[in-house]
Amino acid sequence: MSTNACLQLSLYLVVLLACVKPLGAYMARVYQGRPFVLDRVLGWLERSLYRLAGVNDQAEMTWRQYATAVLVFNGIGFLALYALLRLQGFLPLNPQKFGAVRPDLAFNTSVSFVTNTNWQSYGGESSLSYLSQMLGLGVQNFVSAATGMSVLVALIRGLARRSSETIGNFWVDLTRSVLYILLPLSLVLALVLVSQGVVQNFRPYERASLIDSSGAEANTVAEQTLPMGPAASQIAIKQLGTNGGGFFNANSSHPYENPTPLSNFLQMLAILLIPAALCHTFGVMAGDTRQGRAILAAMLAVFVPLALGTVVAEQAGTSILAKNGISQRASSSSPGGNMEGKETRFGITDSALWACATTAASNGCVNSMHDSFTPLGGLIPLWLMQLGEVVFGGMGSGLYGMLMFVVVAVFVAGLMVGRTPEYLGKKIEVYEMKMASLIILIPPLLVLIGTAVAVSGPGLAARDRDTGTVAALSNTPGAHGFTEILYTYSSTGNNNGSAFSGLSTDVPFYNLTLAVAMLAARFWLIIPILAVAGSLARKKSAPQSAGTLPTHTPLFVGLLVCVVLLVGALTFVPALALGPIVEQLQMTSH
Amino acid sequence: MAATSKSRRLFDSSLVRQALAGSFRKLDPRRQVRNPVMFTVFVGSLLTSCLGIESLLFGGHESAGFVLSISAWLWFTLIFANFAEALAEGRGKAQADTLRKMKRDVEAKRLDAPDRNSACRTMLASQLRKGDVVLVETGDLVPADGEVIEGVASVDESAITGESAPVIRESGGDRSSVTGGTRVLSDWLIVRVSTNPGEAFLDRMIALVEGAKRQKTPNEIALDILLAALTIVFLVACTTLLPFSKYSVQTAGQGHPITISVVVALLVCLIPTTIGGLLSAIGIAGMDRMIRSNVIATSGRAVEAAGDVDVLLLDKTGTITLGNRQAVEFIPAPGVDLDALVDVAQLASLADETPEGRSIVVLAKEKYGLRGRNVHELGATFVPFSAQTRLSGVQLDGREIRKGETEAVEAFVRQHGGQTASEVRRAAEEIAKRGGTPLVVAEGGNALGVVHLKDIVKGGIKERFVQLRRMGIKTVMITGDNPLTAAAIAAEAGVDDFLAQATPEAKLKMIRSYQAEGRLVAMTGDGTNDSPALAQADVAVAMNSGTQAAKEAGNMVDLDSNPTKLIEIVEIGKQLLMTRGALTTFSLANDVAKYFAVIPAAFASTYPVLGRLNVMRLTTPESAVMSAVIFNALIIVMLIPLALRGVSYRPVGAERLLRDHMLVYGLGGLFTPFIGIKVVDLFLFAVGLT
Amino acid sequence: MKSALRSGLVLFLLLSLLTGAAYPGLVTLVARVAFPHRANGSLILRDGHVQGSRLIGQPFRDARYFWGRPSATTPTPYNALSSGGSNLGPTNPAQDKAVKARLAELHAAHPDARIPVPVDLVTASASGLDPHISPAAAQYQVPRVARARGLAEERVLQLVRACTEGRTLGLLGEPRVNLLRLNLTLDNTERDATFGVPHAGK
Repeated sequence: MSTNACLQLSLYLVVLLACVKPLGAYMARVYQGRPFVLDRVLGWLERSLYRLAGVNDQAEMTWRQYATAVLVFNGIGFLALYALLRLQGFLPLNPQKFGAVRPDLAFNTSVSFVTNTNWQSYGGESSLSYLSQMLGLGVQNFVSAATGMSVLVALIRGLARRSSETIGNFWVDLTRSVLYILLPLSLVLALVLVSQGVVQNFRPYERASLIDSSGAEANTVAEQTLPMGPAASQIAIKQLGTNGGGFFNANSSHPYENPTPLSNFLQMLAILLIPAALCHTFGVMAGDTRQGRAILAAMLAVFVPLALGTVVAEQAGTSILAKNGISQRASSSSPGGNMEGKETRFGITDSALWACATTAASNGCVNSMHDSFTPLGGLIPLWLMQLGEVVFGGMGSGLYGMLMFVVVAVFVAGLMVGRTPEYLGKKIEVYEMKMASLIILIPPLLVLIGTAVAVSGPGLAARDRDTGTVAALSNTPGAHGFTEILYTYSSTGNNNGSAFSGLSTDVPFYNLTLAVAMLAARFWLIIPILAVAGSLARKKSAPQSAGTLPTHTPLFVGLLVCVVLLVGALTFVPALALGPIVEQLQMTSH
Repeated sequence: MAATSKSRRLFDSSLVRQALAGSFRKLDPRRQVRNPVMFTVFVGSLLTSCLGIESLLFGGHESAGFVLSISAWLWFTLIFANFAEALAEGRGKAQADTLRKMKRDVEAKRLDAPDRNSACRTMLASQLRKGDVVLVETGDLVPADGEVIEGVASVDESAITGESAPVIRESGGDRSSVTGGTRVLSDWLIVRVSTNPGEAFLDRMIALVEGAKRQKTPNEIALDILLAALTIVFLVACTTLLPFSKYSVQTAGQGHPITISVVVALLVCLIPTTIGGLLSAIGIAGMDRMIRSNVIATSGRAVEAAGDVDVLLLDKTGTITLGNRQAVEFIPAPGVDLDALVDVAQLASLADETPEGRSIVVLAKEKYGLRGRNVHELGATFVPFSAQTRLSGVQLDGREIRKGETEAVEAFVRQHGGQTASEVRRAAEEIAKRGGTPLVVAEGGNALGVVHLKDIVKGGIKERFVQLRRMGIKTVMITGDNPLTAAAIAAEAGVDDFLAQATPEAKLKMIRSYQAEGRLVAMTGDGTNDSPALAQADVAVAMNSGTQAAKEAGNMVDLDSNPTKLIEIVEIGKQLLMTRGALTTFSLANDVAKYFAVIPAAFASTYPVLGRLNVMRLTTPESAVMSAVIFNALIIVMLIPLALRGVSYRPVGAERLLRDHMLVYGLGGLFTPFIGIKVVDLFLFAVGLT
Repeated sequence: MKSALRSGLVLFLLLSLLTGAAYPGLVTLVARVAFPHRANGSLILRDGHVQGSRLIGQPFRDARYFWGRPSATTPTPYNALSSGGSNLGPTNPAQDKAVKARLAELHAAHPDARIPVPVDLVTASASGLDPHISPAAAQYQVPRVARARGLAEERVLQLVRACTEGRTLGLLGEPRVNLLRLNLTLDNTERDATFGVPHAGK
């Protein structure tokens, strides 16, 4: 691996980690209601929002009330988005005069954005109006992220409180997440992105006459229509909120979304920024910053080697290119490696690092086409999702998922040292184990069962809507075709949203089953998480002693990493063996 | 009982025979369904048996021999797990049988009123009800558990405790409870029956050791849930292989899909059968270990809670210090010869049979070479201790020799026209300050000096407390002494805290305050006045010699009535959890190697290239699958000793324990099967089975 | 539940206005003032006509132009209304076929090439709109372009170097040549005019 790749990864990690403490501490202040600068500026707005909505910001909720509020709010969000997509033809801010989005696609897209997955079966520039993007997708980018953060904060309160019935107020957590965290950060990032060339306007699409008009043959065109729109504001929150739904179809590889290496670096930073900083927020709110650091360390311990592995795999290139005598060696004038589906300005390193960041976090936006990655290079992002989106993961959801792995790790470790397991002084008992098992169980089941159903027939071919002929949905025969389907369900079953796009998923079967996977992966997890929060909040807290297993030491971090990797590996190795593993072996044995 | 069980070997041949029979009986699906992991194996065994028979009759592309041998080894897996459980139960049963022998139905003499002279009816002990009053005379067996309400007798309790020396049981006080099945050796007792038939102490003990009424403990349930969740994950991971491999065959255009028998084999290899199969054996063995150290726990929950204890409340006397104070020094008054003091002190104590008195004689002999004399030969009369005078001593040829507390002796000296020197008083105060007890010795009007009586901290107890501290357990000494004395002894013994001038109320309050901090408290107790505290404590060990009330309030009874037992109980509790944790880790780590064995084999026909993952170089696909299944079954048998004996406990910090256990059971679990599977494969190859 | 419904509904509407209207509106306003050219798509104007965007690649087929990377957009290459990559997997026979075809075309057009075909010229970009090629890919085409335009190779190479951007901070991204800029520079050179990066948006 090149020095440049190591330096880029190091720079990335250094900047990321430098942001963790200040941002994490700031978010802790926001959620704990301690004073900070912004609330003096925007406090009036916050209070008037509560007043208008009839929210008593002093009243706390039990876990059941909290869960009800989460479900009601997200239900409303889903209905509003679905209606917007169906009715966009009649609504303003639609310069391209796009019609209604088909019902199954509208359903899939609404679920996708409400669940913070942002799976894209739609093509942004070819089907959605500016209004749908802003008031539909853009809004969900904010509130679905804020929902995840709120649920996490409720869980943290459960861990930190003693003998308490309540775990906070969802409306307050939601509003404060949006107002004091997501909006200010997005505003700054959006403007920086515009400075790099990301478009931000409400103009109709621009028509350009091509420079090379010479080839006016039958199969070429002399014009290019340039899409426009309020992209920067959307992209800022899509990255910060681990959403990932692109403004344009090509997502972050599109030059209007991600024009320069600097914009690439900043967006990649934004992808992991809040999930990483929330670790510190957790530490501060739990009263022991070492605990947050330990979890962050565990995440990095998984992330860094996998990211480097992807870079190496992509730089090594593919057998097809090698067979055709094409040099894949990197040099000062050529990126080398497997450049299929990658942009020149990003080359191998930026593409591979991004692929890992976007799948480690449940972001899912891509700056290169994962489907064209080498088998091993594609396996790693795939596996990062299959680990349950707990290595950084989604907004809040990554950390609360990781905390459930902590519960399991603590349980096993507790048994091994001969004590009823406890975490942060809270005893881990039958109820917590039940919920943690459920939470760890659901995503793999969604992924495996979904894939099994799809490969049994319904996901392999479909009748074309226009021509009426039956066509294969995958562009690839062989093991790779299996990987595409596995990737699809791994992405939606873990609320990631990235895709192996060689599989056409804009058909009713996928639109519906993927929507179910996304819904289950989101809300079947949120409810047990809140139940655990409620149960933990009610418990007394046991004081530390020499017999208590410390959960901030390298040893525990190691154990946690082992648990995450072992569960992820044991569950998916058979499936992976039939997909990327066999493809890699085939590729290298020829 | 205690003696026999302690010497019992792990694989006693008669126990093994019984357990073998039992392991087949336990194949009953109604029993299997209780354990999700083993039930999965059970269904898999049935399924592969059917498949084997089918291919035997109708043929198929898999050889019937292969399917049937997989099926056979799956059945073995089940039987091995059952064997472990049956063996653990068998060990308990053997003890229960010994106990049951004592439960012959004896005749009881029921009295109409609690008075020895009231009318007496003879009836069977099994007809006695709670509240009945019975008379037990010399040579009778006590018919039921109860409380002595009248009389004093010596009772042989060896059947329960294994201790051959008879014990005294009397009404009132802390030695008032009797256990059914024990024999009165002398005198008589009137006993109020405290249990109904079938609920007696002995009955409960039998039920517990037999494991019949064993309820799952909270930690066991939590582990069960985790194991069930893993089983579901593997179930889905394996069954989805059917469509996955069908698709792969289609797309690769070669080979045949994975067979159901291989899917079942893979599933059984992956699900945590090692821990699943040994889980109940571990639990039963834990109870068994408790019983072998002569502690009867009323529930498994209590045993487990013992491992979690944060605070140990220990009685000073008997636990931390030897039961009695001992003389360690003679301090003469000014102008008094040391030898004279020793001489008089010895005389004062010759007839004193209290341990303190005897220790003065011993000290005089050992340190000052003064030989013991016979009081009667000297013609002395013994003046016993009385509550009025608070003095004891002898009358010898007109000499009035006394010893006692400073004030009492001062009063005595004043009475005889003398004056106690201020040096004597100061010496006495000095001793008290250092945690000792001063005894002033006087003859007539002369206070001759002070004897320093000291609480002797038990040898090795300080080291024990250091260990406990390392385990994260705080020790608190409970004593009736004044704070000054208590502090001195606490410092010497190395306890973390002490409660001086302890009253039952103070004890209760202390337990509650610890519990409010979220700590788990363990204590021992024997007296009736201990019962509230025992009831409040999370782990409460009642002394078998104690009152019935104390035994009812506690959740464990120590048959040896040894207060230091608490420490052992904590260790057994921890051992129980550790064994489960270690085997869970081992079981999961095993799976990695099994994947390497089975996956390349399962898809060899479709993707021969996967053979590059066959890092163990197993001979054929069939032998690879077989080896994994056989290893998976055999490892259960090989771990039975560990499950029954438990992971050995060392009093080190949690971090260190975790590291060691992760190395042994985690890394060990990762690598062992690579070797084991390879060995089985080589063996299969050598005997020509592949 | 009822109060939750009311609070949820009102809060949703208010937050929608805040994040879905006020926020993008504010960003647009500030962007229009601060970065008008970039916010509107970094358009290249010539004679008042939009010639394209500095950021969006265009198809070049003429021998006089440097060619860009293969584009997998449908139905035509470099269709900015349907951005995307080929999504062909690393072992896909279709990929093999595509690479072979591209190679054949390149070999035919560059009989006098002095370096091996750089990888980015035979692989489709992610967006299908990649405006860049690697310096090696430009270098590979220099002899052909020079011949077609009747320019000295050294002169063309000079222009390539002038249009080459290095890594940001010497670290981020990859060295690259902006094809639109290079080809427009070529055109302008031929017309003896100088090309400047347009700054006025509109």
